Amino acid sequence: MSMVAVSELQEMYEHMVAARHYEERLQEEYLEGKQPAFDISAGPIPGELHLAAGHEASGAGVCQHLRDDDTVTAPHRPHHVAIAKGVDLERMTAEIFGRETGLSKGKGGHMHLFDPDVNFACSGIIAEGCPPAVGAGLAAKKRNTDSVAVAFLGEGAIDQGAFLESLNLASVQNLPVVFVIEDNDWAISMPKDRVTDVENGAQRAEGFDLPGTRVDSDDAVAVYDAAGEAIGRARDRNGPSLLEVQVHRRMGHFMGDAEGYRSDEDQEAAAQRDSIDRLAGTLRAHDVGGEALEELRERARNRVEGAIEWAKDQPEPDPESAYEDVFSTPPSGVTETAPSAADSGGEDR
Amino acid sequence: MTEGETDGGTDRSLTMSRAMVEAIAHEMRESNDVFYMGEDIADYGGIFDSTEGLLDEFGHDRVMDVPISETAYIGAAVGAAQAGMRPIAELMFVDFFGVGMDQIYNQMAKNTYMSGGAVSVPMVLTAAVGGTYNDAAQHSQTLYGTFAHLPGMKVVVPSTAYDAKGLMHNAIRDDDPVVYLFHKRLMGIGWLPAPDGPKTNVPEDEYTIPFGRADIKRDGADVTVVTLGLHVHRALEAAESLADDGIDVEIVDLRTLVPLDTETIRDSVSKTGRLVVVDEDYRSYGVTSEVIASVAEDGLADLDAVERVALPDVPIPYARPLEDEVIPDTDDITTAVHSVLSDE
Ligand SMILES: Cc1ncc(C[n+]2csc(CCOP(=O)(O)OP(=O)(O)O)c2C)c(N)n1
Ligand SMILES: [Mg+2]
Repeated sequence: MSMVAVSELQEMYEHMVAARHYEERLQEEYLEGKQPAFDISAGPIPGELHLAAGHEASGAGVCQHLRDDDTVTAPHRPHHVAIAKGVDLERMTAEIFGRETGLSKGKGGHMHLFDPDVNFACSGIIAEGCPPAVGAGLAAKKRNTDSVAVAFLGEGAIDQGAFLESLNLASVQNLPVVFVIEDNDWAISMPKDRVTDVENGAQRAEGFDLPGTRVDSDDAVAVYDAAGEAIGRARDRNGPSLLEVQVHRRMGHFMGDAEGYRSDEDQEAAAQRDSIDRLAGTLRAHDVGGEALEELRERARNRVEGAIEWAKDQPEPDPESAYEDVFSTPPSGVTETAPSAADSGGEDR
Repeated sequence: MTEGETDGGTDRSLTMSRAMVEAIAHEMRESNDVFYMGEDIADYGGIFDSTEGLLDEFGHDRVMDVPISETAYIGAAVGAAQAGMRPIAELMFVDFFGVGMDQIYNQMAKNTYMSGGAVSVPMVLTAAVGGTYNDAAQHSQTLYGTFAHLPGMKVVVPSTAYDAKGLMHNAIRDDDPVVYLFHKRLMGIGWLPAPDGPKTNVPEDEYTIPFGRADIKRDGADVTVVTLGLHVHRALEAAESLADDGIDVEIVDLRTLVPLDTETIRDSVSKTGRLVVVDEDYRSYGVTSEVIASVAEDGLADLDAVERVALPDVPIPYARPLEDEVIPDTDDITTAVHSVLSDE
């Protein structure tokens, strides 16, 4: 039986409701301007959009254990993790709307969100967030801090070299890193059993000599417990862990995906397994009443609405700003790397 | 129809993706050695419709969904090719080439040379390229110059359905590795509308378009515009409006970067004396500089003025005003044409 405090459950619930509401609202905003014909480059949010409705338990259950100085890398489906990690929701939303005050001044977009204040980053290239998470763990070890790093990836990403090499490097260096596989059964149109040799991704841990655990249910409390153990182990300098979490994909792979390859039953089954309802049930069992739950939901929704409203009010970036930020120190012809003759004076070298 | 090519008298028009698939299906029917590997290329039919319909005819054995393991399956294509098969491996977006790059440039591209010609690698690596729909820095590149720079790969960039089919037939039959880069915006996908132009008449019969033969997509006397892919159509649009001002632009569609048809480029420049090179790849060390250098080396005297229009050397930004700023558009081409004309 989990020892999780009710206040933690309430926080997780609020994050999960916010994450779900966020995706539902982004879906609406995204589709606006893509009517009657869906044109990916039209509307207030252009480009690809990968929404994480159905993944909430994973983001909330894991990030509940994290501090701002812990690092998280997320993949192309990052919003629920970002919300649970405490990424600035207004600036993240402005980024997704391509605005000047977005996290990346409009340069990154929804797959490339960076919030250094809470050590969050994501990448659109499958499994390529794993090595930088290992690097954050390496930095923590070298500097002797007790911060940890968590890399989120999909079950489709566990066949990538970047993931497998990272497991080995983290293991052989005994680094404070936790790898979290979000198993939603699908990699775009490819079902897991067509492309991956194991059904349980946590089994990948065996060959790299680190603990591997799978949480089978869409249960935020079970995720919280399993993540607590893995993150605690990392914080105590006992090395990396691998955690797989069953989640589900309630929307298409990306907006506009008609999911012709997916059976109606599979879609319905995903819709049934609602981790948010489930956590609400758990909270009620802990004597959190309907009114208190509604209050949490209200607060979560208001936060999301506020962020979207704010973001849509923000100015678009100046086209000229496209040329800035390639380097943090703009090249000015020749970079001085050696001390000038005057500075080095009579010193012996 | 384009100059120098015939459409076999057909009036059947196809999107670029249909034309590509038609060539692949034909080659698969001809030989069991031809098969296709990639992510989401079976049931989905390719994110950009590059394999639409192939699964129904050929089944999962020959239209293979593979794990998200670019190194492994691109490398497996290299090995199968060396074993005598003719695999086609697809990178969903060219931007993902980094994940499997060693297999591409150290194995696929070099094994023939390193073996002194004893080994050949008859495979095709297909990949979707290009921006214009705000997919940001990791999903919008063309990387034309990168592949063309590294020796050992033939590099194909079709701009029309007619060219796409003929070039694909040739790519599969070629005994060397061919990198076939198709622009997403040209494929004729419902959710990513194509400009007018790439949908052309396409003969039902097979035909090949030899590599290293550029196509004059528009005849003109005043300025030569050399380009490829999506920008063939942007250049054609610019040429139409320039024609209203009495400026007669010739448009050379490279069609293949390796081999590069320097003869057609030089002939055109010797006629016009003015060269504009338009590319959707990064500006420095790329297609624009290569084309200009190839003219300058042997035809410097013919060259009165030159301009290049390319992506500035920045990663491709997400927000619409930023992406619009960096990807060359029709106005940028028009401005460059005016500029070479005023340079006298
Ligand atoms: C190296 C690389 N290959 C392919 C892709 C294209 N792609 C984007 S998402 C995706 C599927 C990922 O599946 P999974 O890891 O299970 O995550 P999910 O989308 O299910 O959350 C693929 C193949 C990519 N972004 N990067
Ligand atoms: Mg998945």
